[in-house]
Amino acid sequence: MLLEGKRLVITGVLTDGSIAWHTARVAQEQGAEVVLTGFGRGIRLTQRSAGRLPRPAEVIELDINDESHMDALVAHLREQWGAVDGALHAIAFAPDDALGGNFLTAPAESASTAFLTSAFSYKTLAAGLQPLMSEAGGGSLVTLDFDNSQAWPSYDWMGVAKSALQSVTRYLARDLGPDNIRVNAISAGPLGTVAAKSIPGFMQYNDVWAARAPLGWDTADPGPVANMACVLFSDLATMVTGEVIHVDGGVHAIAAGFGEDGAVH
Amino acid sequence: MERSEIEAKLTDLLVDELGLERDKIASEAKFEEDLEVDSLGVVELLMAIEDNFDVKIPDEDAENITTVSEAVDIIVSKLG
Ligand SMILES: NC(=O)c1ccc[n+]([C@@H]2O[C@H](COP(=O)([O-])OP(=O)(O)OC[C@H]3O[C@@H](n4cnc5c(N)ncnc54)[C@H](O)[C@@H]3O)[C@@H](O)[C@H]2O)c1
Repeated sequence: MLLEGKRLVITGVLTDGSIAWHTARVAQEQGAEVVLTGFGRGIRLTQRSAGRLPRPAEVIELDINDESHMDALVAHLREQWGAVDGALHAIAFAPDDALGGNFLTAPAESASTAFLTSAFSYKTLAAGLQPLMSEAGGGSLVTLDFDNSQAWPSYDWMGVAKSALQSVTRYLARDLGPDNIRVNAISAGPLGTVAAKSIPGFMQYNDVWAARAPLGWDTADPGPVANMACVLFSDLATMVTGEVIHVDGGVHAIAAGFGEDGAVH
Repeated sequence: MERSEIEAKLTDLLVDELGLERDKIASEAKFEEDLEVDSLGVVELLMAIEDNFDVKIPDEDAENITTVSEAVDIIVSKLG
């Protein structure tokens, strides 16, 4: 098994449709031990979703913007495991007025909330877990990106935060490499999760995927993204860091394609 | 399971697991407007129904649930 003996922290599990839930599932199937984190009221859903994993998994509260939560998580993991081999960062949030066509009017606080929760938070998680990954002789961090190298309709300040997240990935790779900690991002195609459905029009991006993806794309299946996260957690991915890997059916490589309607998307 | 039994079990679940007030729950009550269940609450409701009734509710069906009686309809149809 690919992840035998690995101890992984998986943030961002809300439902059993969450990309993070599928990552926890595949990680368990590959022999890893996982701890999940849950946020705010959603933690009740995290607990329910944990019950649907192949094996039981502990759920710990983590608001990534609350320092005391991060400290408590690290203390708990130190006691429980003594060391950590990797973590999934699957956390993003932008207020409604920073999304959905409000780019020009979004207040500064909303844009900065999007940045703090969706990009800066990768640093928070990484720096918090750094000592425990050093204990393990190194580690692997994976975050979830949506490729914002070009502007999208409606994605607005969440898109800007994703561009920042890619950059955070590179700086973390630089600073944690000496501890043998690899830091990467997966750029995923659209998946019908709670977060995605809360962005007006986001699921319509699927028309772009339907027309362009050389491999096709199933918005109901986070499995391929979860699989790649587990490859990155594994020892098959040594010497890979600071990378953004697209798991998007190939859309990033294709300029346009014919949709079912015959029009170019 | 009889429809009335399903309705009673669903009411218990709404009270015990989602923390709704028993007197407000009526078959025509709308989750979002009358029972003040927000979008995260609706997601929790769907998962709670799946866990308690041992059914799977796909997204297409979930979109049609706005009232208590619609939830019962879906459960009835899934239990066959
Ligand atoms: N669904 C997609 O189409 C898609 C595509 C590319 C990237 N992503 C990214 O994948 C990641 C996971 O999202 P998902 O699509 O699985 O949706 P999801 O709704 O299942 O997960 C989002 C998670 O973010 C967590 N979160 C929000 N604020 C938090 C905070 N302050 N502290 C801790 N956790 C917090 C939520 O609790 C939730 O678990 C996000 O970063 C998202 O941007 C999603």
